[in-house]
Amino acid sequence: MTVAVAAPIAAFRGVRFGYPRHGREPLEVLRGIDLELRAGELLALLGPNGSGKTTLLRLLSGALRPEAGAVEVASRPVGEWPRLALARQVAVLPQHLELPEGFRVAELVAMGRAPHARRLFGSTAEDERAVERALQDADALDLADRYPHELSGGERQRVLVAMALAQEPRLLLLDEPTLHLDLAHQVALLQRLRQLHAQRKLTVLAVLHDLNLAAAFAPRVVLLDDGRVAADGPPGEVLTPETIQRVFGVATEPVVTQDGRRHLALAVD
Amino acid sequence: MRTAVAAGEARPLRIGLSITRSVAVLGGTALMLAVILVLGVGLGSTQVSVGDTAAILAHRLLALPTPQTWPATAETIIFDIRLPRVLTAMLVGGGLAMAGTVFQALLRNPLADPYVIGTAAGASLGAALGIVAPLLVPALAIGAGSELLGLGVVQLLAFAGGLGTVLLVYAVARSAGRVQVITLLLTGYAVSSVLAAMVALLMFMSGRALGAIFGWLMGSLANASWSALGFATPLLLVSFVLLLARWRRINLLLLGDAQAASLGVDVEREKLVLTMLATLATSAAVAVSGTIGFVGLVVPHLLRLLIGPDHRLLLPASLLTGAGLLVLADLGARLVPGGGIPVGVVTALVGAPFFLWLLRRSRLTRVDLGA
Repeated sequence: MTVAVAAPIAAFRGVRFGYPRHGREPLEVLRGIDLELRAGELLALLGPNGSGKTTLLRLLSGALRPEAGAVEVASRPVGEWPRLALARQVAVLPQHLELPEGFRVAELVAMGRAPHARRLFGSTAEDERAVERALQDADALDLADRYPHELSGGERQRVLVAMALAQEPRLLLLDEPTLHLDLAHQVALLQRLRQLHAQRKLTVLAVLHDLNLAAAFAPRVVLLDDGRVAADGPPGEVLTPETIQRVFGVATEPVVTQDGRRHLALAVD
Repeated sequence: MRTAVAAGEARPLRIGLSITRSVAVLGGTALMLAVILVLGVGLGSTQVSVGDTAAILAHRLLALPTPQTWPATAETIIFDIRLPRVLTAMLVGGGLAMAGTVFQALLRNPLADPYVIGTAAGASLGAALGIVAPLLVPALAIGAGSELLGLGVVQLLAFAGGLGTVLLVYAVARSAGRVQVITLLLTGYAVSSVLAAMVALLMFMSGRALGAIFGWLMGSLANASWSALGFATPLLLVSFVLLLARWRRINLLLLGDAQAASLGVDVEREKLVLTMLATLATSAAVAVSGTIGFVGLVVPHLLRLLIGPDHRLLLPASLLTGAGLLVLADLGARLVPGGGIPVGVVTALVGAPFFLWLLRRSRLTRVDLGA
């Protein structure tokens, strides 16, 4: 490996993007993003609805191309990666994914092996090991023989994580993975991601909504506002009442817990 | 019944299809198809004994040196009339069922059939033109009996009409390099409506050709011939092999375009390739048989219920099952007293109630599973 330790696994350099609209100017979403993700980082992406979080993920996974600037994965522009090679670097856990009925969970997780497929019809022993390990790491081994309609919301999310892990990516992108989960499942999922991050040396970029959850989960948070990076750093520095007021327009009060951690409480009359 | 696994119970992890089960499914369907083939060739308005049928087939197909103990007429009936008809039924049924499987996956729409994005309307217009043109412009009648690639003018126009219409629909539905499934479906519907109106106009103007156009629209295997088989069989086989080789990508498309793309599938290219391969098989089938309905809609659903949604198994199984079912339907159509009825009538008449039964059953199954 000649890659220097400090080389970012993903980088946005002056990235602008707008969604094309029929007969009108494109809908500008990203207005100049500069951001670097170092390998092995755990990063939470926050921001109001429409601030460009999902668009940012879609640029990284190659689903969208930047209008201006460059999006790079492992120092190479995303557009220059062959699709399968990129899929071995980056896995996506999308906001919405309807699991096709009739496949068992193990078969669905095995679909995550597609970028690694070597045989036309069968799977290799390596595929089988990767699927088993993915199921195990996502705490979904006991779900292997279930069908999608037999899964609860929390179980479903574990299956999606297992599918992404089977892909054996270096970078895992999650778009609001805690959506539709109750508090216990939200915490369990984020703890699992933290473990995976440590065990597999996985770089994790997660779009989250809950500021306190993000603060508890990620050592680095990036706050997007109207297509720009509004703040970037440790949660204690980024998630201040002033920034939250500026970006979300919501008043909050810092609350310090007994063990010294800072939380933000909504200041509602 | 739930098949819950007790927690902690050690059992091997199955990540894909069981080979034993796949072999059993495909072997079983193939065996059934062989029996249906013999039935289809053996039964008919003229009695030919099972022994003679088997001996003629062995003699002509396998080149076995069996002593010739049968009358020459029997050999003509079996080999020149029934066998091409049965093989055409297999080809058409298999091709439609396979194409239907692909379109239902590609369009993620349970109502999709091989005709849904314009193949049927385009082929019908081609065929209707081929039937009517020589009557309206007598000079064209000179070329009407000629053949090209083993196909008559009507069949050739039907084939070109089906393929051309899908190309047109695809081009119209494309915007900014992308084809959205719903746009493709709606475009197919709109274009089909225009073409169907043209067919209706031709029928209105056709006078004595009305019966011929109508018969073609109903679908029939009565015009089966070895030469038409020679044209359609390679197209079907090429389409099957190339589709089967793409089973993994078809499965991934079931996860949605975005997720398939993030798993390395070139989604737009794949949609185009799959559409054209399935259309090739459909157009070849329609060219030799007219528009036979329901096989391409029902067989994929039936098999998904029975063997699951994995296209690795679903594609070959739909080919074999569709082939067998259409031979049976055609057998029913032929054996109706008074010279038989169009096979399209049988597939719709038997296929639709069967489909209803299947729908009810699958709904009940889901309720049973607590879904």
